[in-house]
This record gives sequence, C-alpha cells and structure tokens, in this order.
Amino acid sequence: MSKVEFNKETGPREVFCGLTSIVWLHRRMPDAFFLVVGSRTCAHLIQSAAGVMIFAEPRFGTAILEEKDLAGLADAHEELDRVVNDLIARRPEIKTLFLVGSCPSEVIKLDLATVAEKLNKRFLGQVRFVNYSGSGIETTFTQGEDGALKALIPLMESSNEEKLLLVGTLANNVEDRFKKIFKNLGISNIESFPPRQSTELPKIGKNTKVLLTQPYLSDTVRDLKHRGCEIISAPFPLGIEGSTEWFLAAAKAFKINELKVHEIISPLIDRAKLALESHKEILKGKRLFLLPESQLEISLARFLHNECEMDLIEVGTPYLNKDLMKEEINLLPDNTKIVEGQHVEKQLDRVRESNPDLVVCGMGLANPLEAEGISTKWSIEMVFSPIHGIDQAADLAGLFSKPLRRNQILTTKTLVTH
Amino acid sequence: MELTLWTYEGPPHVGAMRIASSMKDIHYVLHAPQGDTYADLLFTMIERRGQRPPVTYTTFQARDLGGDTAELVKKNIKEAVERFKPKTLLVGESCTAELIQDQPGALAKGMGFDMPIVNLELPAYSKKENWGASETFYQLTRTLLKEKVSSSEKISPLRWKELGRRPKVNILGPSLLGFRCRDDVIEIQRILSEQGIDTNVVAPLGASPDDIERLIDAEINICLYPEIAEASCEWLKRNFGMEYTNTIPIGIKNTIEFINEVHNKLNLPLTNKEELENKSKLPWYSKSVDSNYLTGKRVFIFGDGTHAIAAAKIAKEELGFEVVGLGTYSREMARQVRATAKDLNLEALITNNYLEVEDAMKKAAPELVLGTQMERHSAKRLGIPCSVISTPMHVQDVPARYSPQMGWEGANVIFDDWVHPLMMGLEEHLIDMFKHDFEFVDGHQSHLGHTATNTKDILNSDEKKENNPKEGIIWTESGRAELTKVPFFVRGKVKTNTEKYAILRGIPEINDETLYDAKAYFS
Ligand code: SF4
Ligand code: SF4
Repeated sequence: MSKVEFNKETGPREVFCGLTSIVWLHRRMPDAFFLVVGSRTCAHLIQSAAGVMIFAEPRFGTAILEEKDLAGLADAHEELDRVVNDLIARRPEIKTLFLVGSCPSEVIKLDLATVAEKLNKRFLGQVRFVNYSGSGIETTFTQGEDGALKALIPLMESSNEEKLLLVGTLANNVEDRFKKIFKNLGISNIESFPPRQSTELPKIGKNTKVLLTQPYLSDTVRDLKHRGCEIISAPFPLGIEGSTEWFLAAAKAFKINELKVHEIISPLIDRAKLALESHKEILKGKRLFLLPESQLEISLARFLHNECEMDLIEVGTPYLNKDLMKEEINLLPDNTKIVEGQHVEKQLDRVRESNPDLVVCGMGLANPLEAEGISTKWSIEMVFSPIHGIDQAADLAGLFSKPLRRNQILTTKTLVTH
Repeated sequence: MELTLWTYEGPPHVGAMRIASSMKDIHYVLHAPQGDTYADLLFTMIERRGQRPPVTYTTFQARDLGGDTAELVKKNIKEAVERFKPKTLLVGESCTAELIQDQPGALAKGMGFDMPIVNLELPAYSKKENWGASETFYQLTRTLLKEKVSSSEKISPLRWKELGRRPKVNILGPSLLGFRCRDDVIEIQRILSEQGIDTNVVAPLGASPDDIERLIDAEINICLYPEIAEASCEWLKRNFGMEYTNTIPIGIKNTIEFINEVHNKLNLPLTNKEELENKSKLPWYSKSVDSNYLTGKRVFIFGDGTHAIAAAKIAKEELGFEVVGLGTYSREMARQVRATAKDLNLEALITNNYLEVEDAMKKAAPELVLGTQMERHSAKRLGIPCSVISTPMHVQDVPARYSPQMGWEGANVIFDDWVHPLMMGLEEHLIDMFKHDFEFVDGHQSHLGHTATNTKDILNSDEKKENNPKEGIIWTESGRAELTKVPFFVRGKVKTNTEKYAILRGIPEINDETLYDAKAYFS
C-alpha cells in the first residue's frame, strides 16, 4: 500500500443524507416506488435535491409524520397502512414498494420491517414491500443505494449458474457498453443489480462473481458474500486505468487470458487517450481539493491525478471502507492526504489556505466558493452522469475541465454576489 | 400522515433560515442531522447567492443519540459564536432534533454569552415554512425590543409633525426566497420617497439586529408581505401603538390604494393624484387596440395568498381576463382567498396537493395559468402557457434584471410576464385577416416554439390518453386536410370543438364539411 496519509475529522457536515439516492434509483427501476416515511424536511430534501428538475409524476413520495402519529405508534402503523393503500390504488403499476426510513421514523422507532411484512401478506402477488433506511443519522448520500440494494438481496433466488454480476446503479447506455465488451471477452452470462425492472432480480449463488461498479456498497457486498457470491477485488471503472484494471480483474476471475483483454480493449484505450488529450491540457498541473460527498472521491482523485495529471491537495470522503477501496488506494500517488468525515468550517479554511484551482463539492457550497474566485464541480453530477468505462473517460475529464475552461474565458475572478 | 409527492412549503426551520440569511450579524445554530444541510442549496442554487446561509448544523448521528447530544449542541454553539461573532444568536432544531428534546435554546441561554439569544420553538410536525419565517421574525423583534416596551409611550402616526421632519416608515416582510422581494423593496421605497416619506428600516432583508432595535423610530409599518410580517406588525401595534398598512401594492389599483392608505395613516395630503394613473404603462398597454385579444382570456390562478389575491384583481380589473380558478396553499390566508374567490363567483381551492391543483386546472381549461413552479410543470404537461407569480420558484424566476411585482414598475413587469406567454403579436384580428397565409399552416414554427405544430401530432396527441371522450370518432382524409389549413395555434381548439360537435350530433366520421358545420355552430 502506498504511503497514503489517513485523517479523521468530526464536526458539522455539509452532505446529503441517504434519501437522496432515491432520485436515481427510481429512474433505474421504473416499476418501483419509494415511499419515505418521514417529515416535511425529508419531503423537501428530495424535492430540492432533484425534484424541480423532474417533469413527470415522480415515483417517490413522502408519508409525512404528523403530531398525532408521534403520539402513538399504533396509530402511525395504521396511518401508514392507509397511505400505502391510497398509493397503490393510485399507482396500480407499482411492483415493488420501498418503505424508506428517515431520521424521525428511526428516532420514534417506527418498525418498517414489520409493516412491510404485514403488507407483503396483504398484497401478495401484487406488490412487494421492502424497507431500508436512508436517514441522515445513519447514512450519507450514496449510502442510501447501499441500503436499498441490501434490502433486495433476500428476495433474490438462489442459483449455482456461473455468472458475472455487475453491482451498483449504472446509466443504461454504460451498462449496455459493458455487457457488450464482456461478451467480446467471452463472458456471456452477465446481469446487473439493481436490474432495470425491480421484478427481474438476478439469481445468485456460489458461482456468482460480483464486480462492483460503485464504491459505496459495503453492506450489499457483505450480504452478497453471505449468499456465497465471490467478490472480485478491483478498482472502480472510472477512467482508462480503473476500467482496464476492472476488466482485467473480471477476466482473471473467469480465467480469461489477459492478452485477450488487451486485444479487445486496446482500440478503446487508444481512442479514449486521444479524446482525453484536450482535457488533460487544461487539467494538467492544476490543484484539486475534493470535499466529501458521494464516496466517489477517491476514485476520482486517482483518475484526475494519474490520467489528467492534476495535483491532489486533499481527498475528502464521507466515510472510508478500506477493504473495498484497497485497490484504489494502491493506485494513489504517495503522500495523498485522505480525510474521512468532515468539519465543514475547518475544511473550508483549508480550502482557502491552499488556494486550489478546482474544488469538488456539494451544491450548497459551490456558488459561495465560486464567489470567492474558486472554481467548483458539483459532486452530485457524478452520480447522475454516465461516467463509467473507458469510452466515458474523456466525458468524465470534461466535467472537471469545463469549469476551468469557463474560468479562463470569463475574466472576473471575485465578485460581489448579492 | 399525509402523502405528498411535491410540497409547496418546506419545514418551519427553513422559514427561520430565510430570516437568518436575509439579515446581517445573525447566526443560526440548528440542531439537525447532516442531511438537513440540503437547505443551504435553496439559497446558493435557487437564489444563486454567493454566500452560505449563516447556519451551523450540529450534525448529530445515530451513534450520538445514546450519548450526550446536548454536549454536541453546546460545542457547536461555542464554535459558531467564536467563529462568526454574531450580534444576535438564533438557536433552534429541525424535526428530528425536536424528537430528542435537547432544548438547544435553553442550553444556549445557559452558556453565559452576552448577546441576545432567540430560542426558536417551531413545531415541525404541525407547521410549515411561512409560519416558521413569520414566527422567527416575530420572536426576533420581540426579543430585541421587549426592554423598550415599558419605557416608551405609544407612537402616534403624526409624531413626524411634532418632530418637524418627514414621516418615516418601516418596510417589513421582504426575505430571501420570497418572490422578487429585493426589487419590490426598491420600487416601494422609491414610491414612498416621491411622496415625501422616508424609509426607516427594511427588515428582515438586509437588516441587522441594530436595525430591529430602531424599528420604533418610524411612525408606521408597511406590512409588505403579511405571510411573514403580520405577526410582528401586530406585536408592534399592541406594544408601541404603531399602525400598519393592509394593502399590498401589486397592480395599479392596489398601488394607488396603498398610497392612499399610507397617506391617510400619516395624515399626509395626497399630491398629484391624477399623475399616479400614468406612472405605469399597464393601463395604457391594456387599453390599447393591440390588447383587444386579451378580452375574456380564461386564467387560472394559484400561489401564496398575497400574490394569488393580487393576481386575481389585476387579471379581472386591469387586464380584462376572466378568472376561472383561484386558490392557495397558504392555509393561513384561506379566509381572504375564499372571499376574493367568492367575489368572482368561484370557489377557492385551498390545498397543498399539487395534483389536486392540476386536476382543477384541467377542469377549468384556462388559456393561461398564473402559478408557482409546480403549476409551471402541470401547465406544461397540459400544454397551457404559464407565468410564475409566487413561490415556490426556480432559479429562472430569480432574473438578473430589475423585475419587481409591486408598484408602477411591477405593473409593467406583470403586463409583460403575463401577456407574453399568450400569443403576443398574433392577435385574433390578424389571425382572421391572414388565416390562409402559408406561414400559418404546417411546417412553420412560431417564435414561441409550439410543441404540437403539425396536424398529425395534434390528432395523435390525445389518442394515448385514457378516457378519451372522442372515442370512436374518425377523421376522414378531407377532414384531416381541412384541419391542416387551420393556423397551428388554434388548431387544437378547432379539433376539440369539431369533435365535440360530432359527438353532439352523433356523426361518426369527420370530413371537411363537419369542420365548417362545427365552426358555424360554435361561432
Ligand atoms: S437528514 Fe434525516 S430528517 Fe433530514 S432529510 Fe434526511 S432523513 Fe430526513
Ligand atoms: S441544479 Fe440549478 S437548474 Fe437544476 S434544479 Fe437545481 S436550481 Fe434548478
């Protein structure tokens, strides 16, 4: 392992809670509905994080707890029953209903598992109910996806068929690309989790080889292991390097000759390198500060340093699973400073002191930093955009070069902003 | 439990944040889990602000719950006070912290600071954003002025005469995330100053705690946004005898009425009465021949109480529209909205379920919607033009240019904003004159970029919808051909009317003749 510097920090944070992942999960599985059992704050959060951008009727909603629900849990259960009935009457096309716990529902100890169990009996054959927590006292941002996927695992049937299972939400086009490349490599039995329909869950067992596409799935991985799946250890498929290693790791698990992998992906690599050039020109030598938010920070830092030649000042991450991130950390340059957790004020002090060329951060901080003359990139865009794979390497770099390019075009550095 | 997909208002602590962020030298320590920090982006993204809201979140986690969250609160308060050195500290909690009952306000008060501390108790499970903003502003005013209550005598609106200076007023209620407040304030200040009236304090927008303490230097209060300022105005009236205004100066008539009200309260003679009518272009633009096509346009209105009521009045009396729907999500203002609706022979829609609003909109079949960001989405789905007149809003409703809603310039802005989404420049008399012109038939795009411009789209667009009332009706070749000749911007209407007619007469196939029969029947 490289001489990476690990730090921990606690204090006030500036990150989304796990509820936010509903925003991409509901698009991935159009036959599912996500019902948050929470407060007006929770409803307002998902609306603000993404809502205003969606024009169709969303496939998520909130059952807002009211005064009377807090008074007696029995009532809350009945009320939730009623809300679910209304919802299913309104949306008969729903096949899976996620009951999503929030901070308030956890603090008052609303037992969503029992509720889900009862509802499963009642709606047998029509709708399946699963529950998980996206609460801000338990989870940050992308961890919500971990919870949702973990909740689906018990519903997955067993099978000893040999297969490659890609785990973590991907954009459809990226997924299709990956499947095609794996087929060319000679791996033909490939499935995705989460699938495109919540009812088409893959079967799993001891011949299932799991390849992660996202780094924030610790709990899911643990449960897949319990079901006998083999976890392929690899960096994440961001950038050329990460994707290459990722394909190689899969090939190794399927006993496919390394040369074959190179033969198939080298034309892709050549093309991607070419496409990366113009971005590299801008990014090279620029100093990067990553604030914690999406859990993708370490992989992004690796890509932006190794392939785009950026200098890393600090790599923040909301939490660190050293086991899952092992391969990524190995690829980081020596002396990389990783900071787990956050004290947002102190971290911003360090941002100002180090005067970076680019900061990766959440939406609440972006404009204030821009106003101080510091270019920023929103973390949330990384979980919404197709960034995985060799073919997307240049697009991924483009997300970072664009703010810098823009800053070159615009002459004003610091502005009065109200 | 209440099922919501979208909501019009956030939780009450977001209202408190609006007050804190609007002001200077104030800091708000909010006992809340990490995810509640999303609220910052309302200010930095939707309003495109360059500063973070002055809020420190305690960010408690599940593992803290067993232990001492109270210590965490104190630590954060201490750090925030040291770092930000506020003149007044607000302390409160979000929905989750309310459940664990740490009472952060009381904790803060016990920490021995010498600045005023406002303990905000905002019940998150029964109240909402506007209420939270109003309560915060009220508590702040009360805290900062309560010591002066006993010592001061009642303020007479005529005090300025005794003091031998121009009358002074406070403008209360404008806040961040309010609808175009910043520009409204400039406009109203200008109008008042033209009338010889000075502005003492504007609050909360741009005010500091010191300014709040100076509120009583004015003779009266202008309650510009009652959703936020009414409680404070009431308190100032009760304790200091300060009168406050009721009229909201949105639209020409209301602006004139507002000026009259202020003059009456201050016992000031009204100058240049006849000049007032000419201060805005709205009355003339509205009267000009060019606006003939606005006559009787059907408009559906939904928003916060203040803006919805004002919009109804302008629509009917100043633009000659027909109001076919009126409602609000502000239950606090339900009574006033109901009264306004009744005058229009309508029943007010009071709801915070945007789907109900969409249904009502569909039923009312308006030609224009005046609503919030939600109604913009609904109207888009229904293919109806929409102008946003109230929060909740989107970044595009925070324009770079000066665009108030109040006063004379506000009326100009409203004329443009409401009329442009309609068919500006394609007035009906022109349509009649040129309806056979090639530019109006297939293939030509209007500058508004209509979505369904060709006949095929229009004919197909309803087919997918369920409960299609036109079921079983067939358009023949000649019918289709004739429909193609109808200008695209009225084609949808002609199609619906013709089908309605066909159903009425039991005609199974629509040909060119049916179209003309229908036209004659409906004209
Ligand atoms: S942090 Fe908790 S209370 Fe806040 S939005 Fe997230 S789940 Fe809801
Ligand atoms: S990111 Fe900006 S444009 Fe997108 S919804 Fe939020 S405020 Fe609107």
